[in-house]
Amino acid sequence: MKPIRAIRDYIQEPVSAAPLAVFRIAFGLLMLISIIRFAAHGWIDQLYIQPSFHFSYIGFEWVKPLGEWTYLIFFICGLSALFVAIGFRYTISIVVFFLSFTYIELMDKTTYLNHYYFISILSFLMIWLPANATFSFDAALSSNQETHIPRWCIDAVKLLVGIVYFYAGLAKLNSDWLFHAMPLQIWLPAKYSLPFLGDLLQNEWMHYLFAWGGALYDLTIPFLLLYKPTRVFAFILVIIFHALTRVFFPIGMFPFIMIAAALIFFEADFHQRILQRLSKLRWFRDQSQSTTEATSTKKLRFSKVRMTVVGVFFALQLLLPFRYTLYPGELFWTEEGFRFSWRVMLIEKAGIATFWVQDDDTNRRFQVDNSQHLTRFQEKQMATQPDFILEFAHYLDQYYQQQGIADPKIYVESFVALNGRQSQPFIDPTVDLSNQPINLKPKTWILPFNDVIKGL
Amino acid sequence: MRVSVFLFIILLTALFGGCTGDSTQGPDVGDFDRQAILTNWADNIIIPAFTEFELKSSNLTEAAIDFDQSPNEARLDTLQSAWKDAYLAFQQVSMFETGPAMTLRYRTQLNTYPTDTTEIKANIENGDVNLALPSLVNSQGFPALDFLLFGTGSSNNEVLAFYTTNANAQKNRAYLIALTQRIEDLTEAVLGQWTDTYRDEFVANDGNGANASIDLMVNDYIFYFEKYLRAGKIGIPAGVFSGSALPSHVEAKYNGEIALELFNEALDASQNFFNGTHFQSNTSGLSLADYLDYLNTMKEGTDLTALINNQFETIRAQASTLNSDFAQQIASNNTEMLQTYDVLQRNVVFLKVDMLQALNINVDYVDADGD
Repeated sequence: MKPIRAIRDYIQEPVSAAPLAVFRIAFGLLMLISIIRFAAHGWIDQLYIQPSFHFSYIGFEWVKPLGEWTYLIFFICGLSALFVAIGFRYTISIVVFFLSFTYIELMDKTTYLNHYYFISILSFLMIWLPANATFSFDAALSSNQETHIPRWCIDAVKLLVGIVYFYAGLAKLNSDWLFHAMPLQIWLPAKYSLPFLGDLLQNEWMHYLFAWGGALYDLTIPFLLLYKPTRVFAFILVIIFHALTRVFFPIGMFPFIMIAAALIFFEADFHQRILQRLSKLRWFRDQSQSTTEATSTKKLRFSKVRMTVVGVFFALQLLLPFRYTLYPGELFWTEEGFRFSWRVMLIEKAGIATFWVQDDDTNRRFQVDNSQHLTRFQEKQMATQPDFILEFAHYLDQYYQQQGIADPKIYVESFVALNGRQSQPFIDPTVDLSNQPINLKPKTWILPFNDVIKGL
Repeated sequence: MRVSVFLFIILLTALFGGCTGDSTQGPDVGDFDRQAILTNWADNIIIPAFTEFELKSSNLTEAAIDFDQSPNEARLDTLQSAWKDAYLAFQQVSMFETGPAMTLRYRTQLNTYPTDTTEIKANIENGDVNLALPSLVNSQGFPALDFLLFGTGSSNNEVLAFYTTNANAQKNRAYLIALTQRIEDLTEAVLGQWTDTYRDEFVANDGNGANASIDLMVNDYIFYFEKYLRAGKIGIPAGVFSGSALPSHVEAKYNGEIALELFNEALDASQNFFNGTHFQSNTSGLSLADYLDYLNTMKEGTDLTALINNQFETIRAQASTLNSDFAQQIASNNTEMLQTYDVLQRNVVFLKVDMLQALNINVDYVDADGD
């Protein structure tokens, strides 16, 4: 009983609410900027309004863009991010943010990115954390000032950030990444026009340096950030690492989000100082009183419910990335159990998928022009991912039924090249995909991968 | 803090240690000059090919004017062969629908087929039509001339009558001149822009990324190979996209003799571009083949250059079995056409999947974030 009590006392111990407040402000502002940036690039129209067909996640087929109203979802999402930042009606705001952001991500899986998934689950986690306890409009407007919160509320964020890095590091422990420097060997030489780095990146040893360095970074950074003597060093590494990825790859806001998230590992007094700086800005002056030292002994409301939800959430987070072990075949090839697992920048896949429609009544067989139905981006994503190919085949089945073919049979001839290997046939061209069910069971019609990738 | 400083020093030592270490393994890097590819394309392939085609298109206009002055059988013959020469020379430039050609919608105006004969007749009737109108792409260019020079009668005598004894003879001849002049004007405009400013712009834009010359050109090249060579010349008439053959969709159908020749010319042009072979010469400069070789020395993978060149040979061998008139080939044995399509498709896979992956060029680049 003793150790359990010790753990309970430890995670319930009141600690300064400042780190979580800083985190909330940074998160809200970065999300607001992300949404504005997304809209300013014209991506709402390009990715969600223009396409006539959208790829859905199983169980979320009902989540679709709403035509011109899609802009409203983005507006709501951005507005709730702002409210989160200033801590105004925090609980409602973060729930609205989580729902609207997740709705956007579920509209079309073509745009799936690990870092969007990270935002979704992080905002879900934040629903259960009292991030408005201090330095917020909520705190200023109510008499319930809480300068201290249970330790687990801050550790939960550290744990999630830690999982993202560590699992991304585990995923890099494979023969392609470590012993062939793939896919970095494809990506890095192409950055030849970068000043200074461009020439360096033509060297093979650079590709290995980044491969091993990246894996080592991902696996160790959570611990280096946790351990006080290495923390400053770790934070400098975080900045270098994410600055480099920003230079090499088009990854948008993600580096800034991760750099801001790493701040949560710093001590409370560091965050107090940030808040004090902020409180010198006139705008925040009213709230500055709430950061005084008075210790609150009040317990967090519904603490048990919150802890249970967060506990289940983390159990899922720890297990979900290993679901790939339930599927036969090479994970990088079939991508069954690939998403939602922090497999970041691991594979370079290129492919081509040519669909054939067969009408047995008239004995006609003809090829589909994919570009009539899909945007170029959708077509590109579809060509290398079996679940996309199947979904498009089902769409074509319906489309040609409407065109008057009683029972169209849909076949696909496809080739995929993975991590610099020569392209090979991807999907069994003799299988009528219109008859294959859309579910999570292993897809027997994916042709076997002609090579072996060892590792996790 | 002290530990942090210590670790930081180690990191710096490791980085700079790595930088000063000499890289004896791998290729002699930094030596590969990507800009030289662009220079080779512009100076030794694109501009010479357009220059040659401009000459042929100007010959074509002249032949049409001569024919108008005295429409006789000899001048009809000359006009017909000038049309054939120009059509063949066009196959060498059709793939360069980038920069000036793209802004002018060059290829669409010169070679949209099947041509619309009803629209052609209406245009002739109207007299002065604006051929720059996007709605009139189906009644101009080489396919329209194909109809006018070969499809207006079953023999050259009958064709001649269309321009001599026909009630509309004079208007018919005027339309011939308008069409040839349009081809020449557009070509002059494209070539002019290339030699004026675009050549330098093109070569200077030697970075990587969506709007870099190499990315744009490679995308246009593959698009041409896929949509115009594979689908347009072979796939569509063979019925790949419709389920039943469409012999009326072959290139140069009224002439009925040169479809294979046009195809072969376009195939040669594609392969020469891939290998960087100078226009009408055996010399070759840097191109995609060399770039692939360079990258391959690093990853020691499949020899993609050989794979792609072998596939070009396979296509050539398969095409040599075809009738010079594709419509006849489709009627007698369409399987040969379908097989030609298959071997072309195989090279689309090599170019679009394997080559683009190796070059790290995005097909149909979309400006969106990655992870």
